[in-house]
Amino acid sequence: MSKNILKIRVGMASCGIAAGATKILEMLQAKNACVIEETGCIGHCYAEPMVEVVYDDNSSQYYANLKAEDKYIDSILSGGDLGKFDIHEGRKSKELLRVLRLAGKIDPKSFEDYCANGGYVALKNALAMEPDAVVNEVKLSGLRGRGGGGFSTGMKWSFLAAKKNAEQKILICNADEGDPGAFMDRSLMESVPHQMLEGMLIAAYATGATKLFIYCRAEYPLAIKHLKIAIDQIYEHNLNNLNGRNVEIIIKEGAGAFVCGEETALIHSLEGKRGTPRFRPPFPTDSGYFGYPTMINNVETFGNVPIILKDGAAAFASVGTENSKGTKLFALAGDLKYPGLVEIPMGTTLAEIVFDIGGADRNEVKAVQTGGPSGGCIPVELFDTPVDYDSLKTLGAIMGSGGMIVIGKDRCMVETARYFLDFTHRESCGKCTFCRVGTKRMFEILTRITEGKGTPEDLPFLKDLALKIKKGSLCGLGQTAPNPVLATMQYFMNEYEDHVIRKTCTALKCKDLVKLQLDQSKCVKCRLCIKNCPVGAISDDFVIDPEKCTKCNSCMDMCPKKAISCVAKNEN
Amino acid sequence: MGKKFDVLTKIENSPNNLIKGLQAIQASEGYVSDEAIEAVGEYFNISPVEVEGVLTFYSQFKRVKPGKYKIAVCDGTACHIKGSPLIQEWVKNELKVNVGETTADGLFSLESVACLGCCSLAPVMSINGRVYGKLDRKAPQKS
Repeated sequence: MSKNILKIRVGMASCGIAAGATKILEMLQAKNACVIEETGCIGHCYAEPMVEVVYDDNSSQYYANLKAEDKYIDSILSGGDLGKFDIHEGRKSKELLRVLRLAGKIDPKSFEDYCANGGYVALKNALAMEPDAVVNEVKLSGLRGRGGGGFSTGMKWSFLAAKKNAEQKILICNADEGDPGAFMDRSLMESVPHQMLEGMLIAAYATGATKLFIYCRAEYPLAIKHLKIAIDQIYEHNLNNLNGRNVEIIIKEGAGAFVCGEETALIHSLEGKRGTPRFRPPFPTDSGYFGYPTMINNVETFGNVPIILKDGAAAFASVGTENSKGTKLFALAGDLKYPGLVEIPMGTTLAEIVFDIGGADRNEVKAVQTGGPSGGCIPVELFDTPVDYDSLKTLGAIMGSGGMIVIGKDRCMVETARYFLDFTHRESCGKCTFCRVGTKRMFEILTRITEGKGTPEDLPFLKDLALKIKKGSLCGLGQTAPNPVLATMQYFMNEYEDHVIRKTCTALKCKDLVKLQLDQSKCVKCRLCIKNCPVGAISDDFVIDPEKCTKCNSCMDMCPKKAISCVAKNEN
Repeated sequence: MGKKFDVLTKIENSPNNLIKGLQAIQASEGYVSDEAIEAVGEYFNISPVEVEGVLTFYSQFKRVKPGKYKIAVCDGTACHIKGSPLIQEWVKNELKVNVGETTADGLFSLESVACLGCCSLAPVMSINGRVYGKLDRKAPQKS
């Protein structure tokens, strides 16, 4: 081989570790063949564990889906074909790495790595400008809040900066990524912690904040660990001194409450109280943490800031749509071939994301859910919609923080809506009656429908209740909680009607509307199903007793001949 | 305050550290007992009722002593549509334990969590913090 291995990077973010990267790392280290580096996530979660081999001619090669076996390790070290991995063309041509530029390329624990790749240049640029000029630059860039709200970041900064006489100003990074199905912020914090911190330092300089909080989910131990290391490095290099003014960075761990993603609830939680939202105004920039002017931005928003101050607002705004500038991270999951993290320019269509990047089968996809429990689903017919803040809103969905769940044809939309209401009714803080009681009632009605006990009258009632909850709730949780139901009712009314009128679930997902059947002609009498049935519902002559069967599908999964199948209950 | 809750003394006793204090207790004890609530209230000078009010608001805090092996089955969106309710059912049947409970021998406790952040490996569960992904019927039996 003409080229030699310079170093090997092993992806050691949460996804990689869960897939078994630790073992691969140890095995590579034991070989003592070259420099082995730990790095973050490059976003190809489906291919984990994966490593990147960097050669001395500056080329590199990925190896993925590795197993802790010698033949894989040998292949990596000898440039063999086993495990060789190339990013598929659909993704390569569509993605644009800006925020994630360094993710998976540097050691997240190394300050030097970050600096050698253009890190803290933006902070230096900012410190050479007047604070107001920094605010203006962010305003000009058109950056909007990436947490889902979509409010102009520059405007928000200017509100806090305008509080010239405040005794103390507070800056909070909202890292309480609570949307089930979203992991953009986790990846960014784990892989390039300094980028978000640099954004925070720039914001602190521009607005005059001196106390910087990071409110992070306790469920993200690796992100917290990497942030702590990075913060120590900032203190060590005196980067927390912003032209003579020292700032303090404090990590606070959340304690598991979805509503704490809401600004005022988050502030209450930071103060050590129950995380309930309150009426706005006063807005946090007027009166927030213990009454001090407070500003909250999301992890990804801060992650974008260094790009603006490094390359300029005009360069930042060169990609995107008219009202949504820059790129957006999306966490792709669900029924698709390549789940993972992607960064794309605003304005990319849903079809490009789901099919070209995600590799989902065009004939198998029914819809995509954006914005998690606060968002809505968009049916496949509307996939030519460009993704930006405004166009998703007109469809009854929201961009949200970036979770994107692909829903296949074999999923039940009523069940999906029920799932989201199950989540929101439990996460409702209980302050507003409509949210507290209303979401519970919606959940009960949806449960009844999926059990085949719904009536046609339930549907208009459900819709009416949904609209009233939206009007009668104080914060974003209640105002958006009915969205999944409204969106599924708008696009998939036929499925609701199937449940309430014909008492069938076309997708065969609602337990009470299906039964399991054993095809005697395929059965080889291996008794695996009988052994694995937790309730003893299968007789010795291989007949499933529908009364006893709990439809846990254990037998279906264990059957080597696929003799057991799920059919509609009212079918003979 | 008894020696048992010494972990509190490392935390500044201002009320905004209440959640931090409770997290410290839970990290050392595994859960927050009635006794611990009294101790925390005394330390932060907050009434026990208020402490309980805050702690029951957050799903992270446990009021029941967990088992030696803490199993958390993820029920985030991605895991849900990939069949996490079935996984949960299987674990329940296997261990004869309900969500939020600990087995009689104190070995296993089961909880359902909103999202472990490993959606692309769905469905997932974690045992004592270690995440296991791409589960099927066989996996929960093995582990």
